[in-house]
Amino acid sequence: MRYFNDALVWLNDPLNWTNPGGIFDRLVEHLRISAAAVLLGCLIAWPLGLWLGHRRRGGGAVITVSNVTLAVPTLSLLTLISLTALGIGQTAVILALTVFAIPPLLANAYTGLREVDPQVRDAARGMGLSGWQMLWRVELPLSVPYLAAGFRTAAVQVVATAALAALVAGGGLGEIISEGFGLGINVAGGQIIAGGLLVAGLALLVEGTFAVVERLVTPRPLRRARGMRRAGATAANV
Amino acid sequence: MSLPDSPVLVYADAANPWFSWQFLQENQDAVLSALREHASLTAEAVALAALVAIPLAVLGYWFRPLTAPILALTGVLYTIPSLALFALLAPFLPGRVTVLVGLVTYALLVITRNAVAGLTQVPEPVRDAARGMGYGRLAQLWRIELPLALPGILTGLRLATVSTVALVTVGVLNGHGALGEFLTAGFRAGYRAEITTATIIIFSLGLVLDLVLAGVGRLLTPWARRRAA
Repeated sequence: MRYFNDALVWLNDPLNWTNPGGIFDRLVEHLRISAAAVLLGCLIAWPLGLWLGHRRRGGGAVITVSNVTLAVPTLSLLTLISLTALGIGQTAVILALTVFAIPPLLANAYTGLREVDPQVRDAARGMGLSGWQMLWRVELPLSVPYLAAGFRTAAVQVVATAALAALVAGGGLGEIISEGFGLGINVAGGQIIAGGLLVAGLALLVEGTFAVVERLVTPRPLRRARGMRRAGATAANV
Repeated sequence: MSLPDSPVLVYADAANPWFSWQFLQENQDAVLSALREHASLTAEAVALAALVAIPLAVLGYWFRPLTAPILALTGVLYTIPSLALFALLAPFLPGRVTVLVGLVTYALLVITRNAVAGLTQVPEPVRDAARGMGYGRLAQLWRIELPLALPGILTGLRLATVSTVALVTVGVLNGHGALGEFLTAGFRAGYRAEITTATIIIFSLGLVLDLVLAGVGRLLTPWARRRAA
């Protein structure tokens, strides 16, 4: 229990929050990296997933992408991309995290469109809607719950994974933990636990927030099938 | 067995290639012992997780009101980032045990969820028939329901195994990352071939274990194959 007291003492020191490289700085870094990776992931995965779902093909490829990224350690991509021409730093981290944000976004966008009732599509076609009009006015609105679920999964996963950026000098809240391990458990056990609490708290907060958002953007009649919706890739929280 | 914080390795190439056979040959022993450690950490973690998760799933199956809380609890554990979990455990446990407990925690959700799904899809008429034949609760579970739930259980084990193989690498935090040690060592040395070598081996290990489990599944559920044919 000594370490928990140390952690509380560490968290109670205002300087640990406001110092350069303190909690506030690291939190802003963490959120900026995560937001960039998730948005970049959306820009890539959503158009692709929507198009594949609209054309009703490529399901096998979507599943393969999910399974393959499950087997690649996040740390591999973080270290590898850091040693490319991009160099060590936040750009490399953002790109690596984007790769892991794509599978849930892609799988859910694809599934969302595939799940649109064929009768609805028929009706839309019968009313004379073109392919684009059907995608934009019928299929997209109906798959919003899936897109939201994919966004939530991707966001939680990226916020969790961004903690590993510290291992490649990429900043974020993980730095607090990594720094603690560098000092040794005996010296900095409290700091390590405090860092763990901060990272875990942030992940749970993001999960909770986007669960509410997901519910709000889901029209009431579509709320039944909740839980069954997180298609594919609940992939590892590495 | 544990690896030192950064394995002593031979960097022969002056250039910085993306892959080098020479590097692999000269560091064969270090790579092989890390591979053994990686495989045994994975096997221990998945086995322990299965020992906890399958009884939990059975509990949720027998007492339906418990299913939601069990899945919610494992879901919350799953949401906690691995790095944070290792940080919360490390001061209280020996190094290797920290990594093992962390890995078990992550595998729990996947195995439990798939086992529950497998058990709940056992057809009601089959359970009825078993009851009619005089099976008790345990005999029915052991001889009827678990075998029929096997495909679901195996799916969970496969997913858990593949993600655990990747997750072991986070153990580098306290020097127990097995093959993951090569990732950070290569990063510190700025040597690419070390990272790609380790990545390829880790990826292949996941693939091989997945195929092995798929094969075991085929052997254990001959009826599924016959139905497909």
